[in-house]
Amino acid sequence: MGKTVTATHCPYCSLQCGMELVASPAGIQVRGRDFPVNNGGLCKKGWTAADLLRGDRLTTPLVRWQRDGPLRPASFPAAIDAAATRIRATQQKYGRNAVGVFGGGGLTNEKCYLLGKFARVALRTKNIDYNGRFCMSSAAAAAQRAFGVDRGLPFPLADIAETGLVVLVGSNVAETMPPAMQWLARQRAAGGELIVIDPRRTATAEGADLHLQPVPGTDLALAAGLLHLLVADGGVDDDFVAARTTGFGEVRRLAAAWWPERVERVSGVAAGRLREAARRLREAPTAMILTARGAEQHSHGTDTASGWINLALARGLPGRAYSGYGTLTGQGNGQGGREHGQKSDQLPGYRRLADPAHRAHMAAVWGIEPGDLPEPGPSAYELLGALGSDVQTLLVAGSNPVVSAPRAARVEAGLRALNSLIVCDVVLSETAALADVVFPVTQWAEESGTMTNLEGRVLLRRRATAPPPRVRTDLTVLSTLAGRLGVARGFPDDPREVFDELRAASAGGVADYSGITWERIEAEDGVFWPCPAPDHPGTPRMFADDFPTPDGRARFQPVEPAFPAEQPDDAYPLWLTTGRLPGQYQSGAQTRRISRLCGRVPRVEVHPSLAAALALAHGETARIVSRRGSAEFAVSVSDAIRADTVFVPFHWGGTARANSLTDPALDPTSGMPGFKACAVRLEKPEKPEKYEEGTG
Amino acid sequence: MRVVVVGHGMAATRFVEELTGNSAGVEVTVLGGEPRGSYNRVLLTSVLAGDYPRDGIWTHDAGWYRDRGVTVRDGIQVTGIDRAASLVTGADGSRFGYDRLVLATGGVPNVPPVAGLRADRSGGLLAGCHTFQTLADCEALLADARHARRAVVVGGGVLGLEVARALSERGPTVRVVHRSGALMDAQLDPDGAAVLRRTVDELGIGCHLSTVARAVAGRDRVTGVVLDSGSTLDCDLLVVACGIKPDTALATGAELATRRGVLVDDAMRSVTDQRVLAIGDCAEHRGRAYGLVEPAFEQAAVAARTVLAGAPGRYSGSRTVTRLKARGVELASMGEVAPEPYDEDGVEVVKLIDPARGRYVKLVIRNGRLVGAVALGDADVAASVTVAYDRRSILPPDRVRLLSGGEQPGTDPADLSDATAVCRCNAVTAGQIRTSAGRGARSVAAVARETKATTGCGSCRSAVAALLAARPAQRAAPNRRRCTLSDDRCDEERVPGGRT
Repeated sequence: MGKTVTATHCPYCSLQCGMELVASPAGIQVRGRDFPVNNGGLCKKGWTAADLLRGDRLTTPLVRWQRDGPLRPASFPAAIDAAATRIRATQQKYGRNAVGVFGGGGLTNEKCYLLGKFARVALRTKNIDYNGRFCMSSAAAAAQRAFGVDRGLPFPLADIAETGLVVLVGSNVAETMPPAMQWLARQRAAGGELIVIDPRRTATAEGADLHLQPVPGTDLALAAGLLHLLVADGGVDDDFVAARTTGFGEVRRLAAAWWPERVERVSGVAAGRLREAARRLREAPTAMILTARGAEQHSHGTDTASGWINLALARGLPGRAYSGYGTLTGQGNGQGGREHGQKSDQLPGYRRLADPAHRAHMAAVWGIEPGDLPEPGPSAYELLGALGSDVQTLLVAGSNPVVSAPRAARVEAGLRALNSLIVCDVVLSETAALADVVFPVTQWAEESGTMTNLEGRVLLRRRATAPPPRVRTDLTVLSTLAGRLGVARGFPDDPREVFDELRAASAGGVADYSGITWERIEAEDGVFWPCPAPDHPGTPRMFADDFPTPDGRARFQPVEPAFPAEQPDDAYPLWLTTGRLPGQYQSGAQTRRISRLCGRVPRVEVHPSLAAALALAHGETARIVSRRGSAEFAVSVSDAIRADTVFVPFHWGGTARANSLTDPALDPTSGMPGFKACAVRLEKPEKPEKYEEGTG
Repeated sequence: MRVVVVGHGMAATRFVEELTGNSAGVEVTVLGGEPRGSYNRVLLTSVLAGDYPRDGIWTHDAGWYRDRGVTVRDGIQVTGIDRAASLVTGADGSRFGYDRLVLATGGVPNVPPVAGLRADRSGGLLAGCHTFQTLADCEALLADARHARRAVVVGGGVLGLEVARALSERGPTVRVVHRSGALMDAQLDPDGAAVLRRTVDELGIGCHLSTVARAVAGRDRVTGVVLDSGSTLDCDLLVVACGIKPDTALATGAELATRRGVLVDDAMRSVTDQRVLAIGDCAEHRGRAYGLVEPAFEQAAVAARTVLAGAPGRYSGSRTVTRLKARGVELASMGEVAPEPYDEDGVEVVKLIDPARGRYVKLVIRNGRLVGAVALGDADVAASVTVAYDRRSILPPDRVRLLSGGEQPGTDPADLSDATAVCRCNAVTAGQIRTSAGRGARSVAAVARETKATTGCGSCRSAVAALLAARPAQRAAPNRRRCTLSDDRCDEERVPGGRT
């Protein structure tokens, strides 16, 4: 037997690096592939991705026939029957909205689309949302209200190499999306500068020209302070502001109240360093301001992203060559995942469920009456909060909320309180382990479909190997289940057929895919949306002439600095912030199963001064306690973290679950929880402490 | 409910923001004494220094008030309060009825009784002499400073030093006359003041301490200041910056209790009349009249809650930090700064005195928490100490760590410890690369084949090359940190100070 080579993409993050899978009788091997985001480079998650195919994964449907019984292997038809029976029972007893759907930002565009359609058309429930709410929803909402559109980067990633200054706010590119560092390296080699804003001196910050190390949750004050200094030193691009924006007057007045010394007091960033950052921003010929989860995952995350967009607009960056604002999306299909209708308030093509015209368009595509479409439902955290009450059956696809949701202990309790839980996943995640019906589904190398990366580039994932015999695609699960629920038409399971329907559905929408075909994607190294016609070249760079707002202008947002609702006090004197490690990915359901990936011990990063004050030694176990719960981590002493802040990764469940601690206070606009800052204390776990959920 | 606010400064404006942000159905009228509306007074010294545009300091435009249904009358002199009739009267005869009255009248400059300072009986100052409280003061001083060659600032407190520094950036030579033997004696201990004096000297600002201005020389315009030592400082510009006193004239006239300021309870209500509130510089709460903007903001928020809610807001006082805004002087002072080492049991005092570099750091610690500090000459220390004080942070047992800033030295790749990750993409450490080289890898490509280093983004290529070039080094360590091992120490960790 010879080798077959399949050109596809990495299963993990939003870069979607190009890779080749070489299949031979010996198995599948990963090779780098020249693709415009990675130029053949991969990080170690990518190099070891083929291990996902042989490792600890689900190979058969599982059904829990009695409530407290074990999960037992079942045939696919038997599992479909079990799921359909449970869905019908809940619908009959509690109504259609009692069946909820929870999706994920790692699903292909086709799966996201069909999942949304399944909820609205087959289940006819308003209760659908997805884990992207816990990811980039704040930046998405901020971009939407400023630019009239949300595309993570409005320019190709490679443009970063050409810009004079990159300001990274709450992003650790070097460790979370390492192959992207080549663009920063080229930019630096060409004389460009880098400013990193992060409470940790991350690997990314270590290489920066200037690192601002603020108190967690104070990024908006920093943005206001920088705008203040632009105003002070003539750094505002008055011509751009006058010609291409609205609302600057009020924003300028708000910024007047954030003089550097005031910002210093709340952020801990010395006024002189803020001035240094403002000077670099003012003097750079071209500049990009890029935010990520560190700035966005707060209960005021949307306003924070708006604050940085305001700064970019004041400097005249958006729409200029090698300049602009962007957000570094996290999940593999975080971008596509928020465009095709698995969000509670959204329909495909980035249409809005509350808009009558948009409802009418989608109803026509789906062959139903607009009135049959449900109304917008609650956002993810609220949906998860309704488990066991308003929602009695939940279908989860491509998400592991037991680990990834804030106040995860309560989410876990909610999942246990359900009448029934149905999970589609590749592995037996912590969430799948609680399910009544588990469908093993194909993973990246076993399926085809489109993904949209952080640049808004639609690309093609290709099947390189056959899945185990009892494993189906999510599309087949949804299609078969819809049929069993009496909706036989409109749920194809061929990804190409679904993509063609998605194209038609998105036509005329903000995220217009109608001109994109698989053939074009292959021929052109992906196609950037919007692409409204087959002969349209796609849109690598946005905003050169206007913004997709009613008057064509970008809109400044009058945002006032706000701070995390929970501030340290004597009982919980430290800030906790969370993030990712290079060797792990999201809830770790995949990466924790790969022995070649390191970082398998969950650690809390503690400053030497704090470790000394608490008499904690490197390697020792520490318990972290917040008002929501507690968790245990091995201490890693590091001077890379602020002395008043501790850092934990969120890849683990069980006793090292970071989200047992995090603050579920929600952003009023995006529904984003306050993952990145809450108050905790650190103690030695000598005296086991009984913690009761709901106290404090 | 009708709410009348007297004053339209920063406290009043914040009060209106808080009030209108939280409720409809409140009829708000703002009566401002200055003619042009509300601005960020804090920025006046920045405007004076040329660090902030004069037209950029306004807080809101007319449309903002209109959108919130707030009536604004600027440039009105409020002359009296009739509490029995719930009326406020203006000098122009206008009358405003209220259900709640908020006094935010701010402060007025202290003008010491110096002979020759007042030009006439009406109290106007001699030409060339200024106070510095309002935008009009700032503009007048700016106009005068344009032609001035020698300026004297009377008062060596926060405002005096900020004004002195701002003027010195404009060109004139500047001298400061201060009654006390120590600059900023309200905020600094003697050692701190001594280091500050050196810093100020080095900026070319002369200090005349322990002396007062006895007389102002000049008939039509100031020509000098006569000190009580008898010597005369020639000058063509004089600024009186001897502090601000709460403006309590209206409250006194209405028989509301005052001491330094209008006496208020924890809900910011006058202790005399619950329907009258006072906030900002004119208010005195638990014996303190702050004269700072952050407390004014906090008080404004509490007052808004009191006015809106059934339950009164609660203000328990502010933690204050004085941060000098003067280019070239990084100074923060907070809390208790007077205690000295050996003064008292139970209080720790740590000091770093480095006059040659203009550095001074003092920490006052009780029960393991920072209760006071001075940080001069190191911006990073000022920032970190401020946060530690504000948040009552846990302090490092070795207090020395608080005394210096956070600069990190750069590292030559050849000096990297074995545990340091070099290739972030593939988590390859310096030790692994040395081991690979020790086994015969002589090129970056050979190291890449063996370890995958450089096969991600490639930005570590030069570091790998540097490590190879540094061979033969004795440092090559056994390959104990290979990332494929189930070592409990994951390779992305960083261990400080070479501890492994």
